Amino acid sequence: MAEPLTQQEVDTWRLPVPGGALIVAPLDRLTQWARRNSLWSLTFGLSCCAIEMMATAGSRYDLDRFGMFFRATPRQADVMIVAGWVSVKMAPFIRRLYDQMPEPKYVIAMGGCASAGGPYRDSITVVKGVDQFVPVDVYVYGCPPRPENLINGILHLQERIRHEKALTRRGAPVPAREPVIIGGEA
Amino acid sequence: MSLPPLRRPAPTRTGFECDPAFVAGQFAAGVAVLVAAIAVASALPRLPWGLVDPLLVLIGSHPVINALIKALTVTVFVTVHVIFLIWLERKFAGWMQARLGPMHVGWKGALQTIADAVKLLMKEDIIPTRADRILFIAAPFLTFMPTLLTFMVLPFSEKWVAYDFPLGILFVLAVTTNISLGTLAAGWGANNKYSLLGGARACAQVLSYEIPMAVAMLSVVTLEGTMSLTEIVKHQQHGWNIIAHAPVMIPAFLIFMVCGLAELNRTPFDLPEAESELVSGFHTEYSGMRFAFFYLGEFAANFFTAGLAVTLFFGGWLGPWLPAPIWFGIKTIAVVTLFMWIKWTVPRLRVDQMMGFCWKFLVPASVVVFCATAVWVMVAGS
Repeated sequence: MAEPLTQQEVDTWRLPVPGGALIVAPLDRLTQWARRNSLWSLTFGLSCCAIEMMATAGSRYDLDRFGMFFRATPRQADVMIVAGWVSVKMAPFIRRLYDQMPEPKYVIAMGGCASAGGPYRDSITVVKGVDQFVPVDVYVYGCPPRPENLINGILHLQERIRHEKALTRRGAPVPAREPVIIGGEA
Repeated sequence: MSLPPLRRPAPTRTGFECDPAFVAGQFAAGVAVLVAAIAVASALPRLPWGLVDPLLVLIGSHPVINALIKALTVTVFVTVHVIFLIWLERKFAGWMQARLGPMHVGWKGALQTIADAVKLLMKEDIIPTRADRILFIAAPFLTFMPTLLTFMVLPFSEKWVAYDFPLGILFVLAVTTNISLGTLAAGWGANNKYSLLGGARACAQVLSYEIPMAVAMLSVVTLEGTMSLTEIVKHQQHGWNIIAHAPVMIPAFLIFMVCGLAELNRTPFDLPEAESELVSGFHTEYSGMRFAFFYLGEFAANFFTAGLAVTLFFGGWLGPWLPAPIWFGIKTIAVVTLFMWIKWTVPRLRVDQMMGFCWKFLVPASVVVFCATAVWVMVAGS
């Protein structure tokens, strides 16, 4: 989603030097660009959605086009794709993985189960949506979602990172993020 | 928040596609980066800057300033080149798996590594509470520094070598062993079971494979009668070692390559960071820039090992028409590509297979090659 810079933006960043001009882009903008183009996700699949997630990373859909690949350790991951239904016993471990990820971190709830419990909503052992224990940024519709829809969700996440303030003062409260809900029509 | 519609359809390609022009362009870009870095450094005192010029020559001749300039050049070169190599690796992985690799950041994803680096710089820096703080902080530098040091003796041409050490090969062997110290420190310091296993594996692996590698390099020393890397290249004026002394040098080269792969922790010897069993091995607990330093060290070592193979077996900077450093760059990136090719083709070995292969096959084989080289020198000399 590399949107071209507007002329107005470039003009405000222009710094005249002898024999030409430099363009000094704000660090905020640079950080947003780097963050949204380098979303490493956690290798982490729970059930059938994980198969679609693997297909998304595979040859045909190729998440690496967006600079996204899977890291096995939460310490090096930026985004957590919760792919599949979460049992009550599994939830604490997912929360722990989320806590182990370094800031800034994002969560995509992939599919009906991760979003709201899906077809197992009436079961006593299934958590009705991962937003009960981790903050979700993007909900992706589908059971399971097709790879195109997951990519759509990732692009929406990139769009959200573009609009968020990348640099905050130390100790300043981080504003709460409203989740994005992705429909099935994409 | 209004969001634009999905603009990028999934690729509709069916088979393996690899644009030869693009491959050639990438190759050329790598060589250009390499040459530009060194050319800038070597031309620095001679730039027509009027008054600045004599001043630069003056301070450039001062031993401390001279050393500083060289050190800075090597560091900048290594960093810039690693950025290129990581991108090449990801594109290469894409082609090997019938994918495209990074496409959307810059031309064909060329700025991908820069985006990764900026992001890693801006990530939270986590030091686990129960970790050994000093070891944890020191480990990335302990792995990176030996690699940087080895670039000191690597000759890009007869003149473009930071320091032409008469005992170059001994220096390389002595310094590269210290990389295992860094990985062990990372494994122990993180206080994590996966890290510890990865660090222990890395240490055992590097120390074991050092031996056949050293003996293979000793064969070259026996042949050339010198340990200086520049001298070894100069002796290949009338034919590369691997061609002129093919019967002994081809096995020595093969042993060197296998050991090089093991020293670099690359597949099939990537047991220290085996993702399916050890999460990420010795750098499991590292985040942000500290993790990036491990990668920097790994890819710099990758380039160095390829450069060493070129120096020892493929005539270093020697070649017709083109300037010497360009020849060195072309050959080295060819060997780096060979490393990548192997990495994305073969699966990982088991620990016992890895150790058994080293001690039961490579060590005896390297000794046999060494003895054969001695006989070859006697026969050729008489």
